[in-house]
Amino acid sequence: MMTTIPVDNTIEDPRRRSPLVLGHVEFGTVTEEICRVNEAPKPPKAWYVSLVISALAAGMLLVMIGYLILTGVGVWGNNNPVMWGFPIVNFVFWVGIGHAGTLISAILFLFRQKWRTSINRFAEAMTIFAVICAGTFPGIHIGRVWLAYWLFPIPNQMDLWPQFRSPLLWDVFAVGTYFTVSLIFWYVGMVPDLATLRDRSNTKIKAIAYGIFALGWRGSMRHWHRYERAYLLLAALATPLVLSVHSVVSFDFAVSQVPGWHTTIFPPYFVAGAIFSGFAMVMTLAIPAREIWGLKNFITMRHLENMNKIILVTGTMVGYAYGTEFFIAWYSGELYEKFAFVNRAFGQYAWAYWIMVSCNVAIPQLFWFKKVRTSIWIMFIVSLLVNVGMWFERFVIVVTSLAQDFLPSSWGYFTPTWVDVCTFIGSFGLFMTLFLLFIRYLPVLAISEIKGVMPAADPHAEHHEPVDTLGQEVQE
Amino acid sequence: MSQQTPERAWGYAAEFTTPAAITAAAKQVAAAGYRWWDCHTPFPVHGLDTAMGIKPTILPIIVFFGGLTGMMLAAFLQIFTNSLQVDLWAIVPVIGYQFEVSGKPLISGPAFIPVLFELTVLLSALTTVGAMLLLNGLPRLYHPVLKSPKLARITDDRFFLVIESRDPEFADKKTLAFLESLDPVSVVELES
Repeated sequence: MMTTIPVDNTIEDPRRRSPLVLGHVEFGTVTEEICRVNEAPKPPKAWYVSLVISALAAGMLLVMIGYLILTGVGVWGNNNPVMWGFPIVNFVFWVGIGHAGTLISAILFLFRQKWRTSINRFAEAMTIFAVICAGTFPGIHIGRVWLAYWLFPIPNQMDLWPQFRSPLLWDVFAVGTYFTVSLIFWYVGMVPDLATLRDRSNTKIKAIAYGIFALGWRGSMRHWHRYERAYLLLAALATPLVLSVHSVVSFDFAVSQVPGWHTTIFPPYFVAGAIFSGFAMVMTLAIPAREIWGLKNFITMRHLENMNKIILVTGTMVGYAYGTEFFIAWYSGELYEKFAFVNRAFGQYAWAYWIMVSCNVAIPQLFWFKKVRTSIWIMFIVSLLVNVGMWFERFVIVVTSLAQDFLPSSWGYFTPTWVDVCTFIGSFGLFMTLFLLFIRYLPVLAISEIKGVMPAADPHAEHHEPVDTLGQEVQE
Repeated sequence: MSQQTPERAWGYAAEFTTPAAITAAAKQVAAAGYRWWDCHTPFPVHGLDTAMGIKPTILPIIVFFGGLTGMMLAAFLQIFTNSLQVDLWAIVPVIGYQFEVSGKPLISGPAFIPVLFELTVLLSALTTVGAMLLLNGLPRLYHPVLKSPKLARITDDRFFLVIESRDPEFADKKTLAFLESLDPVSVVELES
C-alpha cells in the first residue's frame, strides 16, 4: 500500500533514534513499494512530459555540437582575452554537481550516517550523469574535436607525449578516474537490487536484462562478506578521490599566474562549493521525484532536513572563502590581485558577482530556521537558487579574471552567443534524459541497504521488541 | 557432480523469516561441523558472517597490491614520457621524450603526484571490484539456488540456510531432520 503517514521524524530526541523508514515494518512491503517505480505498467504522465522536453533539449545539444564541429569555435563567444568562456564554466559547474553523489555514498558511509541509504543511489546516478555532461565540454572545447585522443598518452606517429607537468593533463586523469570509480561504485551498489528486480520480473526480456546485470547474485552470506568489505574499500578510495577531483580542477586556475586565480585557497574552496552545489542539485531532483513516485516513506522530511543542514554549512564555508579571498587580496599588497577582486565586486561583471553572493551566501542562511528547513516549497526554491548561484560563481571566476588581467590594453568583454546558451541548456537536457531513464529502469533506491537500516534487521532483537505501525519502537 | 546419483538432491534449503532466526540456526549448523553450506539473505545480516565462522577475506591485501601496481605504472608512465629518452618495443617502437618545461627538473616529483594518486586510486578500485567478483565466483549464469522459484524471495524478504549434498557431513535423512529441528518455516529440496 502506498501510504503517506504524517509522522514528524525531524524531532530531535536523544533518547531514541528517529526512524529512517516510515510506514513499513516488514521487508517485503519495502521491496514492493520501491519496485513499483520500475514495475508500474505505465510511468506517471509527468515522466513522459519531462522525458520529451529533456530529449528535445538533448537533441539540441547534439545539433549544437554538430554545428560547432562543422563551423569552428568561432560560433562561441570565446575571444581573446576570454579564451575560456562558457565551456569551462559549464565543465566546472557540472563536475561540481557530481561531488554530492560521492560525498553521500562514500564519506557519509565512512561516517556511518545511515540516513544516506535512501538518497545514495540516485545521488550517485546524478554524479555519473553530471560527469558525462562535464566531460562533454572540455571535449568540444579543444577545437579540433577529432584530435581529442591527444589528451591521452597514446603512442603516436609523431613521437609526442602529453606534458605531465600541466594541470590540464592532471584533469584528464582526475576526471577520468572519478568517472570510472563513481560508475563502478554505483554499479556494485546496485547489483543486489538488480537481482531483486530480476527475481520479480514478469517477462522474459526483463528477467534476462536484469539477470545479466545482476551477475548471478544470490544473496549468499559468503558473498555479502566480501561484498561489504569491497564496498567499504571503495568508499575509502572514493573519499580522497572526491576531494582530489575538484582540487585538481581548481589547479587549472590556481597554477596559472592570472590575478584572481593564483590563490592557494582554491582547492578547499572549490571542494566546498562543489559539495554545496551538488546537494542543491540532489534536492532539486529528490523533491519532485518523491512527490511523483510516492517515495515519501523513504526520502523523509528528516532526509531533506539533513541535506538542508549540509547546504547551510557548505554555503557558509563558500561565503567564508569569498571573504578570505578579499582579505588576502588586500593583505598581499599586490596591485593586480587587489584590482581583480575590487573589479569582481564593482566592475563590469558586478551583476554576476552579486547574483553569486546573494544566491550562495545570503539565501542559504534561511536554513538556520527549522520552519524553512522543513518547508518543501521554500527548500525547493532555495535549491534552484543555489544552482544558479553556483553557476555564476564559476562564471565570475573564469570570466572576470580573464577579461581584465594585467594590461588595460588587452582587456575585453565576454558575451555568450546563442550557441553558447543553447549548448548549456542542451546539457541539462542530456542530464535529465539520462536521469529519467534511470528512474524508470533501474532501482531508484538502494533496496537492500534500506532494509538493513530498519529496526527489524537487527539480529540481536531476538525477543522481538514490540513495534507500532510506524516502525518505531513502542515506548513503555 | 558426476559421481552423484541422479535422485540425490543438490542440497536442502531451510527458510527463515527473521535475521535473528537465521543467525541462531547458522550457529547450530556451524557447530554441527558442516562445511559446504551457506546463508542467503536479502541484505547483509550484521554478525551472521561471524556466526557462520567465515574467515576475514584477503580482499584488502589484493587491493593493496592493485594500488601499488597503479602507482608504479603512473611513475613509469610519467618518467618514461616526460623525463627519459629511451626506446621501448611494444608492438610498435615507442620512444620516450625529455620534456623541458619552464626550467623544471626532468623528473619533477611534485608535479607528478596528482597522476600518481589518480592511477593508484583507479587501479585499487578496479582491483577491489574485480577481485571481489572473482573470489565470489561471479558473474555466474546458473546456480541451483537461483533455480528454485521458492527461493526467489531471497532478494526480497526471506532468509535461507542451504546445506549442500557434497558436504562430508551430509546424509540425506539426517540432514533433513537436522534442518527441521532448527525451527524453519519450511525446508526446500534443491535440484542441481
